[in-house]
Amino acid sequence: MNKARRNPANTLAMHGALILYTCIALFPVFVILINSFKTRKAIFREPLALPDADSFSMIGYQTVMKQGDFFLYFQNSMIVTVASLFFVLMFGAMAAFALSEYRFRGNTLMGLYLALGIMIPIRIGTVAILELMVASGLVNTLWALILVYTAQGLPLAVFILSEFMRQVSDDLKNAGRIDGLSEYTIFFRLVLPLVRPAMATVAVFNMIPIWNDLWFPLILAPAEETKTLTLGSQVFIGQFVTDWNAVLSALSMAILPVMVLYVIFSRQLIRGITSGAVK
Amino acid sequence: MTALTLSNVCKSFGPVDVLKNIDLTVEDSEFVVFVGPSGCGKSTLLRVIAGLEEATSGSIDIGGQVVNTVPPAKRGIAMVFQSYALYPHLTVHGNMALGLKQAGHPRDEIERRIAEAARMLSLEAYLSRRPSELSGGQRQRVAIGRAIVRKPKLFLFDEPLSNLDAALRMNTRIEIANLHRQLTASMIYVTHDQTEAMTLADKIVVLRDGRVEQVGSPLELYNNPANRFVAEFIGSPAMNFVDADRVGGPVGATLGIRPEHARIGDTGPLSGQVMHVEKLGSDTNVMIDLGRDSRFTVRVFGQYEIDPGAEVRIDYDTARTLLFSTEGARIAS
Repeated sequence: MNKARRNPANTLAMHGALILYTCIALFPVFVILINSFKTRKAIFREPLALPDADSFSMIGYQTVMKQGDFFLYFQNSMIVTVASLFFVLMFGAMAAFALSEYRFRGNTLMGLYLALGIMIPIRIGTVAILELMVASGLVNTLWALILVYTAQGLPLAVFILSEFMRQVSDDLKNAGRIDGLSEYTIFFRLVLPLVRPAMATVAVFNMIPIWNDLWFPLILAPAEETKTLTLGSQVFIGQFVTDWNAVLSALSMAILPVMVLYVIFSRQLIRGITSGAVK
Repeated sequence: MTALTLSNVCKSFGPVDVLKNIDLTVEDSEFVVFVGPSGCGKSTLLRVIAGLEEATSGSIDIGGQVVNTVPPAKRGIAMVFQSYALYPHLTVHGNMALGLKQAGHPRDEIERRIAEAARMLSLEAYLSRRPSELSGGQRQRVAIGRAIVRKPKLFLFDEPLSNLDAALRMNTRIEIANLHRQLTASMIYVTHDQTEAMTLADKIVVLRDGRVEQVGSPLELYNNPANRFVAEFIGSPAMNFVDADRVGGPVGATLGIRPEHARIGDTGPLSGQVMHVEKLGSDTNVMIDLGRDSRFTVRVFGQYEIDPGAEVRIDYDTARTLLFSTEGARIAS
């Protein structure tokens, strides 16, 4: 930052606010983590205390490992999330490229139609979706979830990506055309690398709701072999008894994969390779 | 042989006609410059020639072959863009090689052509760098190199120098002129800078509102403009226009006098008050208010002391004046 514009009081206030917000945001995660390592009694006696020699227990993790096939649930969640993100990004980017690059009749109308999905929640159509999945025999398959999440993520992806693609220099695309690149090569080799930060934004926006979703797995794929992690964790929450150790342990473990994915995407967010392309 | 023939080319975007009935020929190894104010359609015309825009009607003939439906890569052209448009993820070498690889040239041929282009543009030391590690002038040279390696019949330049600073612009201008001599290929060059047009061109095409106003050699346009627009556009400082009846000409007509053909003296048919003096060292531009909302610029060679506010008389070379009608067309004086 410019030295002349740096004011110690301002900097302090800024960092103070940010640190405060970080603490507030991380507090629930912190509570879940510490309590997942405590005995049931200790959780209720002192929920905010750190686990000590007396209260330390791995019972929650042991229950989770024993009950149900948690590794399978993990795998299902991972497959659904990664595959959905892949399709959202690929089809979203392709649609966005077509909308921003080509002049054709109904271009604006098509853009508006695609953006409509942002305003209408997909859950309104749950019954119809279920009927569709039953008719096509996709109930209790991961494909049911992947298709629904792809549909759910596309509107925002198209909206964000077409905005970014309009900013990619026309000269660059034209240089590619003169060099004999096909439209597909221009899309994959020239345009996609330049909108990588936008792709990462879309990926992060879509990833968390898909990973955490309970609604569609419960309705479309509740079978044991297609259960996702969120649905799998529900076995510990009962109407009368809830196994808090197991719930907290399952939740703690569920954080890890999203964090890994987030780190991968956020590195892309920061990296901009546009410098030097034009001007 | 003619490198390019445009006949009756029109281009419209919806209801807007951007190019209107353009007829033009570019001979082999000719350097043609399109000039005109912004929005006159010169860049669109270039893009139509390149095949990046489709002509609404008319035919485009490159090297004896009608190319209206031929994709840009197969037209035998190469284009240099204003914003360089280098591929950011490829090295200088990769940028130059991509088009050749796409066309399926053998590897040793590609290497040979790149080496030759790099030598001509002194880019040998930068072949493994990425565009982001180069300066503006170097990037422009890479963009030119990418065009050279394709060995096109026709080079297209779209305002290639407008992103460079003044000193670099002059150097690159000379470089492009040298390149044209060495390559003996036809070149079409779009610019709004008339210095570039005058210094580089064999033939200048002046465009206005999608129409060709005049085609001719730089000096032809300077000495013998077809109309007032061309007379005003070519030459710097711009030509002076005086109501002809002030100096005994026909009423309604306008007399055009170039600043360098007028003199400040004790006698002369025009008189006015000095408004402003620009001292450029090698010459001095004196702006004079003639009254009747009319200004006059006199270009005096060498250094000249005169104060704003002084009353002066202007004399000029009557043989070198031009006469224009009210509509702007040339009329015999």
